[in-house]
Amino acid sequence: MDIYIFGQQWVNGLVLGSTYGLIAVGYTMVYGIIGMINFAHGEIYMISAYLTAIFLALLGTFGLQSVPVVLVLVLLGTVLLTALYGWSVERIAYRPLRNSNRLAPLISAIGISLILQNYIRISQGARNQGVPPVIDGVWRIPANAVDQHFVQITHLQSLIVVTAFASMAVLTWIIHHTALGRACRATQQDRVMANLLGVDTDRIISVVFVMGAAMAAVAGMLVTLNYGSFDFYIGFLMGIKAFTAAVLGGIGSLPGAMLGGVVLGLAESFFAGFVNSDYKDVFAFSLLILFLIFRPSGFLGVPEVEKV
Amino acid sequence: MLARFWMACRVGGIALLLFAPITGLVLSGYRLEGHWQTPLLLAAVVTVGHFLFSVLLHHLGGLDRLGVGRAAALPAATIGLSAPKPVWIALLALLTLSLPLVLGKYGLSVAILALIYILLGLGLNIVVGLAGLLDLGFVAFYAVGAYTYALGYHYFHLSFWLALPLGALLAGLFGMVLGFPVLRLHGDYLAIVTLGFGEIIRLVLNNWVAVTGGPNGVSVAFPTLFGLEFSRKAKQGGIPIHEFFGIDYSANHRSLFLYFLLLGVVGLLILMVIRLKRMPIGRAWEALRENEVACRSLGIHHVTVKLSAFGLGAMVGGVGGVFFAALQGFVNPSSFTFFESAYILAIVVLGGMGSTSGVIAAALLLTVMPELLRDFSDYRVLSVGMAMVLMMVWRPRGLRQRRRPFFALPAEAAERVA
Repeated sequence: MDIYIFGQQWVNGLVLGSTYGLIAVGYTMVYGIIGMINFAHGEIYMISAYLTAIFLALLGTFGLQSVPVVLVLVLLGTVLLTALYGWSVERIAYRPLRNSNRLAPLISAIGISLILQNYIRISQGARNQGVPPVIDGVWRIPANAVDQHFVQITHLQSLIVVTAFASMAVLTWIIHHTALGRACRATQQDRVMANLLGVDTDRIISVVFVMGAAMAAVAGMLVTLNYGSFDFYIGFLMGIKAFTAAVLGGIGSLPGAMLGGVVLGLAESFFAGFVNSDYKDVFAFSLLILFLIFRPSGFLGVPEVEKV
Repeated sequence: MLARFWMACRVGGIALLLFAPITGLVLSGYRLEGHWQTPLLLAAVVTVGHFLFSVLLHHLGGLDRLGVGRAAALPAATIGLSAPKPVWIALLALLTLSLPLVLGKYGLSVAILALIYILLGLGLNIVVGLAGLLDLGFVAFYAVGAYTYALGYHYFHLSFWLALPLGALLAGLFGMVLGFPVLRLHGDYLAIVTLGFGEIIRLVLNNWVAVTGGPNGVSVAFPTLFGLEFSRKAKQGGIPIHEFFGIDYSANHRSLFLYFLLLGVVGLLILMVIRLKRMPIGRAWEALRENEVACRSLGIHHVTVKLSAFGLGAMVGGVGGVFFAALQGFVNPSSFTFFESAYILAIVVLGGMGSTSGVIAAALLLTVMPELLRDFSDYRVLSVGMAMVLMMVWRPRGLRQRRRPFFALPAEAAERVA
């Protein structure tokens, strides 16, 4: 086996996996706190891709040239507005169903997913959209390589991995070391009790949706800058993949989401590289089904106990 | 009143923030086109709508007047199961049987499609509505049925009449094999597993070009009736039906044949579902949906009971698929996307999960409406999504309140108990 191809698959898998991990955060936190699969989360990611392109173009018309400033402004705008979308979705479609049967929020989420997809399709058109390359430049290992004997890492790829792990670190710190995080953990453990002790659980649930959407927005921006092209349907596939990552890592567990994302990303890129690239999605979905059947608690999750 | 107004303004402000970048700035290449009127208009609609709705609710005496929360109330009558009067059934039968006389070729094809969706809706209704199992990959069984006929015909010259039971069996088998390990799990996981399974089936059909023809699909022969063909000239050495009966050839014959055949199948299925609902197995489905833990403690084996519903639903999906292949004369994987599953689910949800007549009405609505409102086809899926959310928020048990077998004490007995 060519060591360089092997190394390249590691790089690709890590980049892919860290974006899966970021999106998986939204699934895992929402599942942890209200026990619901937020089916519309993939569409939130899709919206963030559109917002990234729109803000990039907007700053372009103002003639802003400095790349770091543009990136920070686009990141801020995308994260804030995507978070607002996440908040609104929860407020409109999930909060009124808080105490209904288990199927209702899931069906409502599928409805929201159809709405968001078609909202984007109608307002932005069904065609493929794109962004211009913002960050160029690659590293090659070894640097003075000839022919195909090197592993290539673009600057953007390294930025993706660094940003993904940094935002996970920030989120983990918030959950573990702030009053807000404590309220989140309390709500996750026992919603009724937390409410009795003065935690505004409705607000905390909103906060969780906002956090999940913000992480998806970070991923959406990075992936959009990396691939340069997207359409209104990208949320579906990315959503299932990220959900698979959440299940692999153990749904409800924050470090599990990142671990599951990286594992899935690596597994997928090795499968695509060495087995068959046509069936890489089939492979990912099969992994999801097998895990749900044989190890539903994933790597880091705790088995769910049915409460009466 | 003023407070309501400010609230509406706040909602409108948020709506403006949400709509402004997406609808106001339209991407075109790497540049933007400004459409500043659209977000303003949308936000204004949201503001006014929110204000009017909240005022209206207040003056009408809250949500109760609109029927929210009424679903839980017990119907005030004694023991029984309401059944439609025979007159209505006779009228309905007459209507459906005479419909082809009125409809043209186009109308007939819409009616056939509507019947297929009714079939699929009723099948999924057994799984989602009665047994409470959310199946997001129903289209997989539909695809299994369609491809059983298509590939069976392509490789072994399988006839339609053999493909019908075979497709049902194969789809049921797939359902059982998938369902057995999964149905032990938590309810939500089933939704995801079936979703993944549906995608796997579609991707395999798409990528396994050597066998399935990939995206190019497979063509299918039209069914024959006792060996009589519906074409103008016999192809397979048989006799065309119009020559056999000595009538003029008409392209409508094949549509009529499919229509009446489907009508028969749908009628049989309706009868079956009505009987099943009253049988112990049907009661067990509904009881499991309402409270799984209680049922298990009463000795109902949850996996077997769920598996029966899941397998039966899959079989109906398979039958629908065989009919779809026969109608189209051609199948390819693009007919079996997740959207199709979501659409069938929408039929069940709008019909009011569990209600047979509701599902039929919803299937008719969702297939006939888009044909009537061709000009608004862009908004079709959007409105289906909105209807799903609204149904869940407003009336999770369906527009038409379902009547189940019930038992209520007579008034004086209730007083004595109290």
